[in-house]
Amino acid sequence: MSTADFLVQGIIKAFELIFSLNPYIMSITGVSIRVSGTATLLATLTAIPLAFAISFVHFRGKQALITLVNTGMGLPPVFVGLFVFLMIVPVGPFGFLNIVYTKEAMILAQYILITPIITGISLAAIKAVPKLIIETVYTLGGTEKDAAFATLREARFGIITAVLAGLGRALAEVGAILIVGGNIARTGSVGGIGEGLSETRTLTTAITSETSKGDISTSIALGIILISLVLSVNILANYFQRRD
Amino acid sequence: MEELYRIEDLSKSFGNKKVLQNINLKIFTGEIFAFMGPSGVGKTTMLRLLNLLEMPTTGKLIFNGNDNAILQKNNVMRRMSMLFQRPAIFNTSVFNNVAYGLVIRRVDKKTIEKKVIDALAIVGLAGCENQKALTLSGGEAQRMAFARAIVFKPDVLLLDEPTANLDPANVAKIEEIIRKIRSELSTTIIMASHNIYQVRRLADRVGILLNGELIEVNTKEQMFTNPNDARSYAFINGEFIY
Repeated sequence: MSTADFLVQGIIKAFELIFSLNPYIMSITGVSIRVSGTATLLATLTAIPLAFAISFVHFRGKQALITLVNTGMGLPPVFVGLFVFLMIVPVGPFGFLNIVYTKEAMILAQYILITPIITGISLAAIKAVPKLIIETVYTLGGTEKDAAFATLREARFGIITAVLAGLGRALAEVGAILIVGGNIARTGSVGGIGEGLSETRTLTTAITSETSKGDISTSIALGIILISLVLSVNILANYFQRRD
Repeated sequence: MEELYRIEDLSKSFGNKKVLQNINLKIFTGEIFAFMGPSGVGKTTMLRLLNLLEMPTTGKLIFNGNDNAILQKNNVMRRMSMLFQRPAIFNTSVFNNVAYGLVIRRVDKKTIEKKVIDALAIVGLAGCENQKALTLSGGEAQRMAFARAIVFKPDVLLLDEPTANLDPANVAKIEEIIRKIRSELSTTIIMASHNIYQVRRLADRVGILLNGELIEVNTKEQMFTNPNDARSYAFINGEFIY
């Protein structure tokens, strides 16, 4: 069998797995979306108020916080994974939480990874709102709260882009969640491929394990779903950037 | 006429730079008062102080007999409105832009609708409610900003070079709007301008600012025919070298 035939057959089988809604594939996709979605939601709830606090409130250590956010935007995922792992292992300071190799641990790792990204991009979007807009709010009788809301409204497309960038990063991330989540599936096999339903196995971690096992068609199926998800997020992000 | 502002020995500095010094002035309800002078003499800072966007470094600013106006900043600011040289436009419809001052005052929807339509009619933008504000031309945007500034009927309207960068047709429209606002809403209008001809067409009284000092305050007639200060005469006649 030539390489081309091998690839074509892999792709055909991958589409069969996707369109037959194979339970193994679907459970992995579900875990990916749940983990990354929850991490993005929690990171958004932290990052947007943080970006506003940095923009509007004067406090000591603000510059240090901005440096921390900027540094956090480029954190290596494996380092974050290792750090979270060391914190939550039974002998670690947060070992009592008993979350090692769970979805919660994966959410925590992704939260740490993407909160600086959403904060940093939101901060840039807020800073891009002209000062005159804020002054206009005051001249029309607005309070500081009104000025903050007006800024949020003006920066809305940039902030949505920030959230989508965070989601895209979370979906595509592999190193951190592999360390803290363990890439676990239940024992047995569902739908004739892979193992049992996913516990902490995501699209990215499953691709690594299925490829190493030589199950290329399953890897391709997972890859197609992953790319489709990330592409959809990026198309949305581009749409909002164009509207800005 | 009733006294609206009283300014006593007011000075304003930014760092080591003194922008305004020893300003003493009274502004009366219902008048159009114009600060005139070359660029960079402190006209905009004066308006920002009157709008309470800036605080004086020293001296007193008394608004409507309220000598702690500075302490009650926000309540007092709600009775004023200011227009900048280039209007800031919210990225939404013309209607939402104009309605903003009413929305933050929690006015009911029906009243907002009526007042916005009335305000847009005053500035000649009737029918533009649903247009995206960012698609307006420079002149239209400035007229929309006027509508937004007057829709909640402020006691004071502060105008910072309201027609700078506009073509003659739009200048004429804006000046007509200023006259209309004064006659229909009895709003006190305080403007800053370096356009001598415009001040002559619109103002009741004029104050000339030079290097941060208010060198003369006079009625328009007196200022343009027989000013008290030689520097005022030089500025009005284009002989002032700066």
